[in-house]
Amino acid sequence: MGKAVLGLAGAAIALSVGMGAGIGSALAQDKLKVGFVYVGPVSDHGYSYQHDQGRLAVEKALGDKVTTTFVENVPEGADAERVIEQLAASGHKLIFTTSFGFMNPTLKVAKRYPDVKFEHATGYKRAENVATYSGRFYEGRTVIGAIAGKMTKSNIIGYVGSYPIPEVVGGINAFTIALREQNPKAEVRVVWVNSWYDPGKEAEAAKALIDQGADVIVQHTDSPAPIQTAQERGLWSVGQSSDMTRFGPKSHLTAIVEDWNGYYVQRVKAVLDGSWKPIDTWGGIGTGMVELAPYNPAIPADVVKMADQLKADIVSGKRHSFQGPVKDQAGKVVIPEGKTATDEQILKMDWYVEGVQGKVPK
Amino acid sequence: MNDFALIGPILAAMFAAATPLLFAALGELVVEKSGVLNLGVEGMMLVGAVCGFAVTIQTGSAVTGFLVAALAGAATASLFAVLTLFLLANQVATGLALTLFGVGLSALIGQGFVGIPLEGLPKLYIPGLTDLPVVGQALFGQDIMVYLAIAAVPLVHLFLYRTRAGLVLRAVGENHTAAHALGYKVLRIRFLAVLFGGAMAGLGGAFLSMDYTPMWAENMTSGRGWIALALVVFATWKPVRAMLGAWLFGGVTILQLHVQGLGIDVPSQLLSMLPYLATVLVLVLISRDIARIRLNAPACLGKLFHPDA
Repeated sequence: MGKAVLGLAGAAIALSVGMGAGIGSALAQDKLKVGFVYVGPVSDHGYSYQHDQGRLAVEKALGDKVTTTFVENVPEGADAERVIEQLAASGHKLIFTTSFGFMNPTLKVAKRYPDVKFEHATGYKRAENVATYSGRFYEGRTVIGAIAGKMTKSNIIGYVGSYPIPEVVGGINAFTIALREQNPKAEVRVVWVNSWYDPGKEAEAAKALIDQGADVIVQHTDSPAPIQTAQERGLWSVGQSSDMTRFGPKSHLTAIVEDWNGYYVQRVKAVLDGSWKPIDTWGGIGTGMVELAPYNPAIPADVVKMADQLKADIVSGKRHSFQGPVKDQAGKVVIPEGKTATDEQILKMDWYVEGVQGKVPK
Repeated sequence: MNDFALIGPILAAMFAAATPLLFAALGELVVEKSGVLNLGVEGMMLVGAVCGFAVTIQTGSAVTGFLVAALAGAATASLFAVLTLFLLANQVATGLALTLFGVGLSALIGQGFVGIPLEGLPKLYIPGLTDLPVVGQALFGQDIMVYLAIAAVPLVHLFLYRTRAGLVLRAVGENHTAAHALGYKVLRIRFLAVLFGGAMAGLGGAFLSMDYTPMWAENMTSGRGWIALALVVFATWKPVRAMLGAWLFGGVTILQLHVQGLGIDVPSQLLSMLPYLATVLVLVLISRDIARIRLNAPACLGKLFHPDA
């Protein structure tokens, strides 16, 4: 009960703040008004923070042609629709909704505002005025998997998972495939915290994995708590969404960085010059949407070289994250030799590859 | 790795995980014993967490940080006290509002402190004792706040059941009209109890932001204030049982993470549910014994009192 009430209040506060900003910017009549809807606080130094960096990049690049508004802490439910509708009704002509749970609310509002353009992150439903976009984060996980394979001594990698959805399960698999290429003896242990953001629980999960012998902690949750925990125990870690080095300079190997800046600038430009289309974009390392944070200086030079080569091979298409033969936990070949996983297979992934302990929660 | 060797780390993690719950629950227990129901624990914890963190960053002194966290928790609680005790606002509604207020206020104060790392408290190390197998780390290798929370249990118990002031506080909670007729200052006693509850909640929150996960993040208590509230009922208003309950909650939380890491085939959602399931189960069990609840629940809990009425 507490959480629901909090969420509501959060939305109310965020809405009033966001709308306040909207009123302030209404003075500039001719400028294109661009709205952003975030699921978390801008201050999460992770997912929502990175999207807001993209908004700031738009302001920097096109500051005299646009004004931007953002609403943070919007719960993925009925409130989202109201927030999106508010933005549309207050003159925003381009609205980015940046979380999977905003998909249906976005489509509903888009129907009522055919002259407003919408962009929904990580969804699969499009319309005349709704485009979708996401990042191939699994490509980054291939690179960190290879690095982890070289850095682990105990051959146990601890993986702090948020929710067992295809994006996260696919990330674990991409990581594990590359990990075992470098180090066939290594295995991955997964602990799900069933939250995107709960520093206390993420720290507890990291501690549990470390106590079980893991010496590299990888996370697919948004807070830097696992990094801090790994640093405290003198072990390695990998950050999520943005560069988390400052939370564990001795521990942080690298991080998967989601870089929306280029995409946002390009899409706002498309609206300004009239070339906007409701397309689907799924960019990876090659398009700059997925980046790796600066490597820890403690990583040996040959490992850095290997990682950079892997990145280059992914960009050139020489290497795919799910390149056959890929076996599932039962040893059955799911992706045969010479083939790579299709986008559909990746988007629906609900099984673990060989080398991951435990089962995917159903 | 030998799974038996995990018992020690699990125990150690359990005591640490229980600490914020124990601080907040002990505070709320005293508040409820005085006849006041303050549902704003989560909000007070958050204000304590952000203020403790901010002051520690500014001054570099964790002791000052914890003191300010306690003061900030008490200050937040004083709002509740003024509204409910003197202006006779509904306690349930005011408590809920206090949580909402605390969430917003802490986010506002914390704006400039997001993303700054802090060093956690040093862990105790007693040569010999901390090295003991299995229990060494858990019993003798924690930091000072874990021991302070545990030390507060007998202190609160002794205060409530062995001192005159504690007797008066309980009398006020049982029958405020009678206590008033005997000349006790009902409102003053309740006011102090609410301040104490706020200070303890503030300490619990500060333990999270300054030690457990040393950073400030919006809403970082993630519902622990609500669990602390449930713990008070779970403990049937007894300090020692509140401690056992906090350990049980901490233990189940930690255990379920280990079960997952070991790849034992149980759905993680079911495991995450276990602490709450345990509460419901205990509530059902103790509810079968109506007499026990009646004996321990303060009779005037949540009732408004006006000295002139």
